[in-house]
Amino acid sequence: MPKIPLPKIPDSVVPAPLRKPAKPGQGGTAKQQAPADLKSSPPERPTDVQRLGDKAKDAPADVLAWVDQRTAASGFLTGMLFRKVPKGTNWFYTLGSATLFAFIVQAVTGVFLAMFYVPSATQAYASIAHINNDVFLGAFVHGMHKWGASVMVILVFLHMGRTFFFGAYKYPRELNWVIGVVLLILTMTMAFTGYLLPFDQRSFWASIVGININGTGPVVGPYLSDFLRAGPELGATTLARFYAIHMLLVPGAIIALIGAHMYLVVKLGTTAPPWVRAEKPKVAAPVAQLDAGTGGDGGSPRNGGPAA
Amino acid sequence: MADDADKINGAYTAPKQERAKPDPPGYFEGESMTRRRAFTIAAQGLGGLAGAAIVLPAVGFAVAPIFHRGKERWEAVGPVGDFVEDTYRQVVFTETEGIGDAGKTTAYVRRGSELFEEDPASFVAVSNRCVHLGCPVRFVEAAGNFICPCHGGVYDFQGKRIGGPPVRPLDQFQTRIRNGQVEVGPRYSVTSQLEPVRARDPGEFTGGIWEYLYPPRPSTFPPP
Repeated sequence: MPKIPLPKIPDSVVPAPLRKPAKPGQGGTAKQQAPADLKSSPPERPTDVQRLGDKAKDAPADVLAWVDQRTAASGFLTGMLFRKVPKGTNWFYTLGSATLFAFIVQAVTGVFLAMFYVPSATQAYASIAHINNDVFLGAFVHGMHKWGASVMVILVFLHMGRTFFFGAYKYPRELNWVIGVVLLILTMTMAFTGYLLPFDQRSFWASIVGININGTGPVVGPYLSDFLRAGPELGATTLARFYAIHMLLVPGAIIALIGAHMYLVVKLGTTAPPWVRAEKPKVAAPVAQLDAGTGGDGGSPRNGGPAA
Repeated sequence: MADDADKINGAYTAPKQERAKPDPPGYFEGESMTRRRAFTIAAQGLGGLAGAAIVLPAVGFAVAPIFHRGKERWEAVGPVGDFVEDTYRQVVFTETEGIGDAGKTTAYVRRGSELFEEDPASFVAVSNRCVHLGCPVRFVEAAGNFICPCHGGVYDFQGKRIGGPPVRPLDQFQTRIRNGQVEVGPRYSVTSQLEPVRARDPGEFTGGIWEYLYPPRPSTFPPP
């Protein structure tokens, strides 16, 4: 495959200190070629409009430079966005990003649903009907949230399957697998608590069944189902409780853990697929012997290394 | 678990060179800890205390309903003469207040029958909540059975399980007579011998060792 060059970043957004100087003989059109005789033909002074235009041209870079000087973000962003990925990286590697995108869709549509939804046992059903029937594009936003929930659960499992079958859970990425499992549980919690919110027949009875399944755990089960219902029967507090868990508690935890998950992905790099053989090191290194001896992961976890 | 990868990445576990440490600043001969350490512990302790002062009430707020028992609730469901001993009459009444129709539940009520050694002056109110997972069962008059639509649970006339996945007989409600009206009260569960025990959720066994594996909840009423 031909090597694809990095995209050219337009000069207008690159802060001046980071801009590459023009090569001699190229560029610098305006200030080139001073006239031989300054007295007979003095250089034209730039008009105010030209100067203003120049300033406007530099404005984006100036703003970025101002921010960058105070945050040093460009180094971090360059390292994160232009990090190397191993050979053989393919479409299966997009499942994690797809899950993240599904979560963002859920978060955004959820915020807009919350503007119309009333978490009260007597009004919840009517408010959902209002969203679906009266609010402009309400059925669309509700549908995005409803179907997006299923999409997210499916993507989570596909992402998990990719990680499992590519062996990407092995050293040194075990902790990221653990975080991912917690995220899976939180996603299922979101799906469970969100199901009750429309408060129609289906969600009411499905939640009763779900809570009762929780209750069948020995010893702690009965207390767990009382905790979920906020009482011995599904009541007014149950809906408020599920709503609070669904839109305040769990989303915060998910956002925090997604941050940790992605930090580790960037920090450790991704694995090559298992069918990509490790390149032979150019210099015989002790690492190669170790590889031959144990078949273990000897390479640097960064930049992929040999397939883990 | 140490594997080979750990060995080559073993910089963290390399033996440290022992050397005599100079006394830390603020250390005085005879003190059991330095002031810096004392202040560190004090600051962390205060932080923990402040955190607990916020977290503990919040957690208590969330779990308090487990230990709260609501007011006992009785509702008249019809005059005494409406109920007979050889079939059930379906009644609907409010079990949970404040949530409208969602708080209503259904019971099947009949008069006590001598056939089952019950007091003819008493009334039996069988809950329609399936004890498999909580679906609503229906009394089928022709068969004399309660049948659950969800997973095929079948109960006999008394509510004892005769088929399908349910784990115990159907729950019952306490009954009493006031002003010629039959009133139904708190829910209770029964063992396979129809002995009353505290209300359990669907899916939980009753009687014998199960009374300990599925302990009674403080939020339920004592059985009659």
